[in-house]
Amino acid sequence: MIAIVNYGLGNINAFSNIYNKLNIEHRIANCKSELLDAQKIILPGVGAFDFAIKKLNESGMRGALDELVLEKKVPVLGVCVGMQIMAQQSEEGDMNGLGWIQGEVRKINCSNIEHKLFLPHMGWNQIAPVGGEKSMIFKDINFDKGFYFLHSYGFYCSNEADVLATSDYGDNFVCAIRNQHIYGFQFHPEKSHDNGINLLNNFAKM
Amino acid sequence: MLRSRIIPCLLIRNKGLVKTVNFKDGKYVGDPINAVRIFNEKEVDELVVFDIDATVQNRDPDYKMIENLAKECRMPLCYGGGIKDVEQAIRISNLGVEKVAISSQAVINPSVVSDIIEAIGSQSVVVVVDVKKSVFGKYEVYIQNGTQKVRKKLPDLLKEFDALKVGEVIVNSIDMDGKMSGYDEKLIQIARDVMSSQLSVLGGAGSLEHIKRLISKYKIIGACAGSLFVFKGVYKAVLINYPAPSEKMDLASDSIGIN
Repeated sequence: MIAIVNYGLGNINAFSNIYNKLNIEHRIANCKSELLDAQKIILPGVGAFDFAIKKLNESGMRGALDELVLEKKVPVLGVCVGMQIMAQQSEEGDMNGLGWIQGEVRKINCSNIEHKLFLPHMGWNQIAPVGGEKSMIFKDINFDKGFYFLHSYGFYCSNEADVLATSDYGDNFVCAIRNQHIYGFQFHPEKSHDNGINLLNNFAKM
Repeated sequence: MLRSRIIPCLLIRNKGLVKTVNFKDGKYVGDPINAVRIFNEKEVDELVVFDIDATVQNRDPDYKMIENLAKECRMPLCYGGGIKDVEQAIRISNLGVEKVAISSQAVINPSVVSDIIEAIGSQSVVVVVDVKKSVFGKYEVYIQNGTQKVRKKLPDLLKEFDALKVGEVIVNSIDMDGKMSGYDEKLIQIARDVMSSQLSVLGGAGSLEHIKRLISKYKIIGACAGSLFVFKGVYKAVLINYPAPSEKMDLASDSIGIN
């Protein structure tokens, strides 16, 4: 059973719709008790870093998530701000992140774009897996078609080994991270047509 | 590299899809959910849906309809129509809508835009500015679905939205709406010159060539179109269409320039 963490942020229904279509057992977890038997976890999120952490604290699920992810090693997939809050901190806010993956969140640098700075980075972009396409999570993914992005901040990993894929918006930035069973994607698989469906299916099947 | 977005824009009236010309004479073109399903299959970049009567009729957004649309969309959805305050924006966002568009209320009272940005994040806030040329060729801003002119000057208003850091501004040409004769590039240039927020344009697209030209000239830009993606041929037969993935790659291949 995959638990989709509903702490008031992110498009919970979009994930649920995709898993419905794929016929994969899942549950929208609104409180701690709905999380505890999760075999996999999806942590969505949109908006600002501090607001996301605050909402997660208020949901009463943060402690259970820490325990499931850090102690029981339950695979987790963070999306957009759900990925960013896995860092220790963000220059967007003052609060501490979950600290599940070493790194910090900073505004992405797009100053190399010749005309003007356009943030948020909004739309469809290609992704490049680091070290080829070996990871199971990228099975059947069309890297050129890419994924839908909507963000101004990015994850800067402390350990290069945690970078799973990068993308290019004037400059290379990290768009996917992984440390063992902890995955994070800056883009939105729940809104990325077949690529997104395949990716969520891969996560479920791993 | 980022591809410029090519975005069908659907107009809703009495729960059906319509397509207007110069904001008038809405021609019925089909059922919204059915259109979304077709656009899913065609893997569109994004979808914009405007309820064009909500503000004029001074009623709330049709939340049930929005929820049904959001459920069906496998691409990001932007909804606009009838949004006046933060609570409505939050409610729509919570229905699974990625972007909330505000038009009349944003022009009348830009502070509501900053409130909404604070609540749902700037990346999810879109301001739509409807523009019509005066008889003297001056661009003027309209609200209430093109029925009411406002005094604020277009560049000033755009600068104001830019300073509020809205995620995206859609500049919509009332003159070019439904004409399918090409975008108003003079209008687009005015917007590009004063803004650093993401810019999308609507009104006038009649062929993929128009979109290609827009993207090669303005690079990162949202190319919205209504008629182009719901009509086919000179007699405007209703047919939901969208460029195939390979065509789309070609159209947007020119979208970014790196130093």
